[in-house]
Amino acid sequence: MKLTLKIWRQKNANTKGRFETYQAEASPDMSFLEMLDVLNEDLISQKQEPVAFEHDCREGICGTCNMVINGEPHGPMQGTTTCQLHMRHFNDGDTIVIEPFRASAFPVIKDLAIDRDSFDRIIQAGGYVSINTGQAQDGNAIPIEKETAAEAFDAASCIGCGACVAACPNASAMLFVSAKVSHLAHMPQGKVEAKRRAQAMVNQMDEEGFGRCSNITACEAECPKEISVEHIARLNREYLSSSVGSQVKA
Amino acid sequence: MNWFTNFLTSSIGQKVVMSLTGLFLIVFLVVHLTGNLQLLAGDGGKAFNLYAEFMTTNPLIKTVSYLLYAGILLHAFQGWAIWRKNRKARGPHRYAVKVNRVAGTNGFAASNMAWLGTIIFVFILIHLYQFWLQMKMGAIDMVTYDGKEVADLHGLVAATYENLGFVIFYVVSMVVIAYHLLHGFQSAFQTLGLNHRKYTPFIKAVGKVYAIAVPLGFAIIPIIMYLSK
Ligand code: HEM
Ligand code: SF4
Ligand code: FES
Repeated sequence: MKLTLKIWRQKNANTKGRFETYQAEASPDMSFLEMLDVLNEDLISQKQEPVAFEHDCREGICGTCNMVINGEPHGPMQGTTTCQLHMRHFNDGDTIVIEPFRASAFPVIKDLAIDRDSFDRIIQAGGYVSINTGQAQDGNAIPIEKETAAEAFDAASCIGCGACVAACPNASAMLFVSAKVSHLAHMPQGKVEAKRRAQAMVNQMDEEGFGRCSNITACEAECPKEISVEHIARLNREYLSSSVGSQVKA
Repeated sequence: MNWFTNFLTSSIGQKVVMSLTGLFLIVFLVVHLTGNLQLLAGDGGKAFNLYAEFMTTNPLIKTVSYLLYAGILLHAFQGWAIWRKNRKARGPHRYAVKVNRVAGTNGFAASNMAWLGTIIFVFILIHLYQFWLQMKMGAIDMVTYDGKEVADLHGLVAATYENLGFVIFYVVSMVVIAYHLLHGFQSAFQTLGLNHRKYTPFIKAVGKVYAIAVPLGFAIIPIIMYLSK
């Protein structure tokens, strides 16, 4: 299949970028990233600069393959990362517009590659469970209801890709932060630090310059892991209760 | 900063303020509508004028009305502040192509709350100038019922709605409020953390009915008064 690609090219964080148009060849069973790989081989053989884009696992679990494809983060398929998106979902002769995720807290490094350190700093602020070394506990000694485990697992499936921020008109990171807070708050191991975690992660999120959540729900619609905004409500509860009803200092 | 100001200035705290003031306004609109429907009582305005007299002189209601003005201002200024923050967070670059998919709300309303709200704010200013200020300034005729002299607010309203321009202005403003609430009603509960598979479908249904029925109720008043002038 023949494609026209309009790709955002930007040399580095300090230069202005612009769209470049390329003609590309692809086969329907290629993944979207493989299609870009072929384009890059072409560019390299023509002694041109290849398009910088991030990727790692190429199996939908690492969350690095972020780009906006025809106006949607990770492209048009529901619940699919860019690396798992296949060219059979496009038609011969299509024009495809490819842009980086846009948010002040996600500055462009080069072309489609963005800096998501802000997410890492939010995780560092509280997205963990403190475990002191020692004897490993017998797994069966911590009973967890199946429904609770399932909900925690739903939240845990967030891969930290940032598509929620990219899709949100406010560039809010609430879906990401709520997935982390909700995941750990469900588990007995995470409950201990739940109050402190909610405060610390929301503070860090605000400091990084993400927007306020207007409950637009574009995040849920575009999340490749289909994380529900129910987790945002849980984050709101956790934050409210830790602000009003706990000794934890922000 | 102490914990309270810290909470109020946090992203979630700011939204909680929006939600609580918004819910307060939602309750107020029902009270306001019930009162206003008396304009259509067909009694030459007696019921409505006496009601207006009661509402403007009862000390308890006067106190609540000051809370209301404060609530509107807080809601509006906080809304604008959030809007500015969000534009900054989005950054200077717009997407060349953007698909606006949402999951379970009115996407147009949800992404334009500040614009809708600003129009509502202008509406409220004009609305207060037209009726409330005229009454306060005494630029209004008086009527006497059973020996009691009260302001003829009904007459002022009826005279205003003889002007087709004002009728259209009021009806369009109600459509804007309807959109604001089509998203806002259920959003206020989500902001407070009240979202559960068990009751959220109910909140969303009530929200839709409210967002359509209440502005519609307000809108029919000028229409009927205009047609029956
Ligand atoms: C009839 C009067 C009004 C009512 C009943 C009302 C109600 C509401 C409700 C219930 C919300 C949802 C709160 C939440 O998501 O937690 C909301 C949000 C909002 N309102 Fe209003 N509102 C009114 C007037 C205004 C005015 C005058 C403005 C002026 C700017 C305004 C601006 C906003 C904004 C910007 C939001 C979105 C905040 C966000 O989600 O980030 N509203 N409103
Ligand atoms: S919530 Fe979804 S869209 Fe947001 S970072 Fe996690 S997986 Fe990506
Ligand atoms: S490359 Fe890892 S999720 Fe796409």
